Amino acid sequence: MSDNPFPLSRDELLNIYQTMRTIREFEERVHVEFSRGDIPGFVHLYAGEEASATGIMAHLREDDRIASTHRGHGHCIAKGVDVKGMMAEIFGKKTGVCGGKGGSMHIADLDKGMMGANGILGAGAPLVCGAALAAKYRDKGDVAISFVGDGASNQGTFLESLNLASIWNLPAVFVVENNGYAEATSVDWAVACDSYVDRASGFGMPGVTVDGTDFFAVYEAAGEIIRRAREGGGPSLLECKMIRFFGHFEGDMQTYRAEGEVDDIRAKRDCLKSFSKTVTAAGVLSQEDLEACDTDVLSLIEEAVSSAIAAEMPIEADLLTDVYVNY
Amino acid sequence: MARTISFKEAINEALDQEMTRDPSVIVMGEDSIGGTGSPGEDDAWGGPMGVTKGLYGKHGNQIMDTPLSESAYIGAAIGAAACGMRPVAELMFIDFMGVCFDQIYNQAAKFKYMFGGKAETPVVIRTMVGAGINAASQHSQMLTSIFTHIPGLKVVCPSNPYDAKGLLIQSIRDNDPVIFCEHKSLYGVEGEVSEESYVIPFAEANVMRDGEDVTIVAYGMMVGKAMDAAKTLAKEGVECDVIDLRTLSPIDMETVLESVENTGRLVVVDEANPRCNIATDVSAQVAQQAFKSLKAQIEMVTAPHTPVPFASTLEDIYIPSNDSVAIAVRKTL
Amino acid sequence: MEKNIIPILMPKWGLTMEEGQVNEWLVKEGEEISVGDEIIEVETDKITGAVEAVDAGVLRRCIAENENIYPVKSLLGVLADSSVLDTDIETFIEAYEIPYSGEEDAEGSGPQYLYTEVDGLRTRYADRGSDDSVVLLLHGFGGDLDNWLFNLDALADKHRVLALDLPGHGESGKTIPEPSISGLAKFVGKFLEAVGVPSAHIVGHSMGGAIAMQMVTEHPESVDSLGLICSSGLGPEINCDYLQGFIDAQSRRELKPVLQQLFADESLVNRQLVDDVLKYKRLDGVDDVLRTLSAMLLSATQTILSDKVVASGKPTLVIWGEQDRIIPVAHARNFSTSAGSSVEVEIFDSAGHLVQMERANDVNRRLLEFLG
Repeated sequence: MSDNPFPLSRDELLNIYQTMRTIREFEERVHVEFSRGDIPGFVHLYAGEEASATGIMAHLREDDRIASTHRGHGHCIAKGVDVKGMMAEIFGKKTGVCGGKGGSMHIADLDKGMMGANGILGAGAPLVCGAALAAKYRDKGDVAISFVGDGASNQGTFLESLNLASIWNLPAVFVVENNGYAEATSVDWAVACDSYVDRASGFGMPGVTVDGTDFFAVYEAAGEIIRRAREGGGPSLLECKMIRFFGHFEGDMQTYRAEGEVDDIRAKRDCLKSFSKTVTAAGVLSQEDLEACDTDVLSLIEEAVSSAIAAEMPIEADLLTDVYVNY
Repeated sequence: MARTISFKEAINEALDQEMTRDPSVIVMGEDSIGGTGSPGEDDAWGGPMGVTKGLYGKHGNQIMDTPLSESAYIGAAIGAAACGMRPVAELMFIDFMGVCFDQIYNQAAKFKYMFGGKAETPVVIRTMVGAGINAASQHSQMLTSIFTHIPGLKVVCPSNPYDAKGLLIQSIRDNDPVIFCEHKSLYGVEGEVSEESYVIPFAEANVMRDGEDVTIVAYGMMVGKAMDAAKTLAKEGVECDVIDLRTLSPIDMETVLESVENTGRLVVVDEANPRCNIATDVSAQVAQQAFKSLKAQIEMVTAPHTPVPFASTLEDIYIPSNDSVAIAVRKTL
Repeated sequence: MEKNIIPILMPKWGLTMEEGQVNEWLVKEGEEISVGDEIIEVETDKITGAVEAVDAGVLRRCIAENENIYPVKSLLGVLADSSVLDTDIETFIEAYEIPYSGEEDAEGSGPQYLYTEVDGLRTRYADRGSDDSVVLLLHGFGGDLDNWLFNLDALADKHRVLALDLPGHGESGKTIPEPSISGLAKFVGKFLEAVGVPSAHIVGHSMGGAIAMQMVTEHPESVDSLGLICSSGLGPEINCDYLQGFIDAQSRRELKPVLQQLFADESLVNRQLVDDVLKYKRLDGVDDVLRTLSAMLLSATQTILSDKVVASGKPTLVIWGEQDRIIPVAHARNFSTSAGSSVEVEIFDSAGHLVQMERANDVNRRLLEFLG
């Protein structure tokens, strides 16, 4: 075996691959199940963006908190939320991580530090300021990460949060997952500044832009930012430039995209393909390693779907529970 | 020792005692300290009305000023609550809810439910409500019903210093999001308050006065008007039960219904505008659950369907008065 | 001439009473009044009670009007023999002024309640009257020194009267270092030291009675005589439901019927009284204190102290309400039987567990007689 030139061990790299593959297969499968008509409500898929979630979450511990966007499955999986519980939640079943009461847009597991996908874009940013404030009081070097898309990066909540995190010197990281489209509208039109780095410096914090389809680029940039936050160096903004394979929501015909655009990015900008290529070329992982992993992941997803389909729906009594701790 | 202090001092004392008892109680708001970064005194304001004055000196680590950024800091308070702290954030005027309402009603209110029970959000949002100081339309509203409408929120509105302290301590110890409404015209009102810490449970209305003839239900500043009206009416031989709701969500309808079943007559006094307010809510519940006991139509005394005017002559008419309450009572007789 | 004209004044019940409302006259002008007759029903923010006649005579004038409020010591009416002239009565009425409470003001133009520290615990107490002879009043479970509000001033006429809030009660600190009758007796002993009183006539109500008896056992030199009012420690029975109900009640609705058990006349339990108890119960620490004390009381009643009291030879007066629903009046009768003439026993009818409130004038009179 050749030397390992990467900042992660062989096993860690396999884990990374497994995480990204799990997200990918999870999303691809949800796409299929949704088109069958078995999944209620709105679903927003993260396929194509795996490197961002995985590259950042690789630096996090269980006590670190994250708050996500409506497109939250990838963040959940990368943070360690139970895959079967997630699938059940998306199907609206009682065994879901939120008891079937939240669904795809509100999928969360506070035990794993995942403060929820959010149906309100940009709403996670202030919450993360709060989580970072609590982390400061705990004084254990914990951090909190807010994920927003290029669309939500225009929300007042997001901009206010950048300001607040700066003046309070919070251990918060703001990740803008810029996939080029806010629903159907291009980032080039909607965002006033040319670079998110400028936006960051406008709020008194460092900003970095990376290729969000390159796991190692994300991992490196995130590593430094998160370390700085842990050490009391305050907040930063990380822009991950990436692409999404699917539409804004499931059912979106994506007519705002150029013809052949999606096929093209699946061929040329697939973060899983580039990761595989990089690690196998270096001889650290073999094709067989990765394929074995693929098999495991596919069977996990299969199990998740079949158990979700078989699981019970919540019952009438569940409607009234958990509105309050006590009333 | 029970001694006479003001409504404002009672709130300050509740915060002080809870911050002492529990280091996870943190206070934040615009100018809650009032002086951060400024060259003069550190604790220059202690809140816009001085309610939090002195807390910085005793609990410097647990109180912070915020920028003019409700969305961010109310959201931060909520996020911190979901992560184990017990924040008390000040939304300076309830009228400002528009700039941060999402964090309150879509986030804090819904976490426990949406996340299948795992989340707990023990945040208190203290906010000034009500008219009476010529603060005009954008600083004088009584928007309690909007928050009462939202499942997942609790809404508290004390009418006197003793209740203010006990209900605020209860709010801080409560594990759900609480909107704690402080009527700005009551800050100077004095009353007997024990030095010791104590609680008042939610959903316990206070019967302020006993009477067999008419039930008057009120909350906040309107309780005083109801009591004054009741005194006037007593001279006319009409005895009123005056009920102070204290908490609007949860609400103590049992006490109200018990009273109406006895008197058969109901007047609800609410400083809010007339459409979809607490008065309509209470009236509808009574009409539904105690219809057979009613001997007369239910009367509601509210502000008119207008924004709050500036001129004193107009504001005086806007706010329900003792006289208007008495007139409403007489209509039921 | 004025000797024959007896003013009926607004009484002072308790330390904080400043005024009372005359609810109604219970007798009419011109009626013959005997000592002990109830003349006026008065309501304060704490309680409703009746003013009793301390002298006999004809009710010559009803000055106070029903439903009106009058300051303490204001002239409500005039009693006089029928031979006294109307003009003299008019003169008396016109000349009457509410006496300047000089002595009271001198004692404390500030608050009437006093505070000290006993064993590191803040302790509230009252100190009225002056005399070498000191009477110490001890309240019972869940009570406070205001339980003696009808008795303090009457006794202070002839003695120095001390009354304290026991640990966990009233406005004293809400912890009990030693939650046993013995521990509380020690505490009271230390209180007497703190106020510089070597010994006192100790009058205890309910649990306070057991504490008083314990003091006789442990420090007889600190006890001049013993007054036991509806006391625990004379028999094993105690109303456990009352204790549990007092602890468990979370609202006015739940508490009112519990408190009503304390009186023969349940209508005495007005809204203010219930509210005051509720406010006390909601103070931090009180729930723990009450639970601890209740458990202690239920086991402590198994320790009967009556023999020790007789053996001590201390002059002892037992007072009970015939309708006591908390501790049975049989305990008083049994004690009377077993102790014989060494113990005085007085049982009042139309009175429950809080006999010192329901039959205040009688209890005061009997105590003053006993104290000499």
